[in-house]
Amino acid sequence: MLDDKITSHTFWEGVWENNPVFVMLLGMCPVLAVTNSTINALAMGLATLFVLLSSSLLVSLIRNWIPKQTRIAVFIIIIATFVTVVDYVIQAISLDLYNALGAFIQLIVANCMILGRAEAYASKVPPAKALINALGMGLGFTIALLCLGSVREILGSGTLLGFDLFGENYQQWIVMILPPGGFFVLGGWLLLFEWLRERKEQQEATSE
Amino acid sequence: MEPSSLNFIFFNAFLANNFVLALFLGLCPFLGVSGKLDTAFPMGVATMFVMLISSVCAFFINQVLVAYGIEYLRLISYIAVIASAVQLVEMILKKFSPGLFRSLGIFLPLITTNCAILGLALFQTFKEYNFLQSMVYALGAGAGFTLAILLIAGLRERLDLASLPSITQGAALSLMIGGLLSLSFMGFAGLGS
Amino acid sequence: MTDTQTTGQPLEKPSSLRMIVSLTLVSVLSGMAVVMVYLYTRPIIDENKRLAIEAAVLTVIPDSAGFVPFELEDNTLRPATDSPGKGQLFYAGYDQQGQLIGLAAPANAQGYADKVYIIYGYRFDCECITGVKVIKHAETPGLGDKVITDKDFVANFDALDARVAADGSALRNRIVTVKHGTKSNPWEVDAISGATITSRAIGRALDIGAGLLLPQVMKFRQQLEDHQP
Repeated sequence: MLDDKITSHTFWEGVWENNPVFVMLLGMCPVLAVTNSTINALAMGLATLFVLLSSSLLVSLIRNWIPKQTRIAVFIIIIATFVTVVDYVIQAISLDLYNALGAFIQLIVANCMILGRAEAYASKVPPAKALINALGMGLGFTIALLCLGSVREILGSGTLLGFDLFGENYQQWIVMILPPGGFFVLGGWLLLFEWLRERKEQQEATSE
Repeated sequence: MEPSSLNFIFFNAFLANNFVLALFLGLCPFLGVSGKLDTAFPMGVATMFVMLISSVCAFFINQVLVAYGIEYLRLISYIAVIASAVQLVEMILKKFSPGLFRSLGIFLPLITTNCAILGLALFQTFKEYNFLQSMVYALGAGAGFTLAILLIAGLRERLDLASLPSITQGAALSLMIGGLLSLSFMGFAGLGS
Repeated sequence: MTDTQTTGQPLEKPSSLRMIVSLTLVSVLSGMAVVMVYLYTRPIIDENKRLAIEAAVLTVIPDSAGFVPFELEDNTLRPATDSPGKGQLFYAGYDQQGQLIGLAAPANAQGYADKVYIIYGYRFDCECITGVKVIKHAETPGLGDKVITDKDFVANFDALDARVAADGSALRNRIVTVKHGTKSNPWEVDAISGATITSRAIGRALDIGAGLLLPQVMKFRQQLEDHQP
């Protein structure tokens, strides 16, 4: 079912067709919790991308040496290690960013997307393929975070990446950067994609 | 109320800082399993149970880590010990109480990878709760999770009967309901201060 | 149990020894990796934290040329070391001539969502609190976080009365937060309407923090003045 050949699908699957957030609904906690500004969303996306890439590569490299019964435990330890590394690196880069993301960096461990990829994909294919797929998935995840983060920041603060967009008189839609806004904006994106998909299906149906 | 009082900790985790609706922890089961009231309740109870176990584990691991000054191993040891503890409980339950296992046990493996569990362990450490406070915090968080999942399951059962545009079927609708619930739970914020 | 279902292959039974060895090996290796990263990043993180504290202290006592961290524990004062104990930490600020002008100290209180952490500056000449900087908070954006930006609220701390009572046991007047527009005494904090709870949290943090620290510091004032930065 999984062959070793690398195709464009290996990469693009994660970005679009099986986007971890919009299609598979994985890793919801960080998606909603840290996307109240674009910069937080970007940092979280990149941190997750790094953990996903390195854990996929390592899992794929050692996939034949790990006894089946202990593999989940091994995967979890590997992921937790990389997350701890990211946690300290972010602290070293910027304390402000670290304070903004809070415990959610450490909670990358519990992001079901990463364990899911390790178990269902990386442990069954050679390193190169695992790496390319992880890159696609991680990018798809980061893009999804940015979709939410930018919309929420523009509506909720009237800024994008900290730059003022609408001037003094903009009445900020504060609820968008509060928890409910996360639910609403993600729900909105899902509705939009569903609507596009349905319209495409209808067009195909009528053209036949 | 004093922030360290047990009442405050319970209600803070139960309502004002509800794990699902304010902190977004444990959303996977919230979106996945919460379609029916009869599965939502045991799921919530099982989660509360796992939260208590992991809270106890996390408390003692942290004592050890702090004593040896090796806090940087916190994340790895938390996740390893909590996962094994839950598995152990699952085995014990299966052996000694098959009835209980059938009603709660099937949810256990699913719950272990739930970020609410690890989140609870991390937050109680950051807040420097003592043993009793940690237990109360876990109870409050578990009760809050159960409440949120019950509310959304009830709403979704009602919506099954409503006629809705086809594009709103599925996760989008759950998220919108979640948003409204989250909005109403914001009314609890500041409780006791 | 799910192994056979997901992979479709029959389970071969490896020896327990192999399982234990592989798990141990992975744990040891990951532990070592974490330790290495920790050792490498710790100096950078400590430096970042020190710079953040320095910047915060300088915002609350702007005219200090240098400051020295002290720790007050069980009625004894000593310069703070790298491994802080359980005592109250504060930073004594000195001017160019080495004269003691004020101090900065951290404090916290429960706000709307979580604890609000602040650092406040105190000046000996006016015996008042002259600046408050919010270090960490989880308050509602756009409402609670006005305590950082709202000019009228920040003006509360131009000179907030924090005189120590004559018997040296407590503040002469406890710092209280009052409803917006009703401030009538120099020891009152005028709350922001719409962010009353966060305003109150800051008032309470000051009342508890300064109320405990300042009376004690007065006993050691000579020792602080003699200390050269």
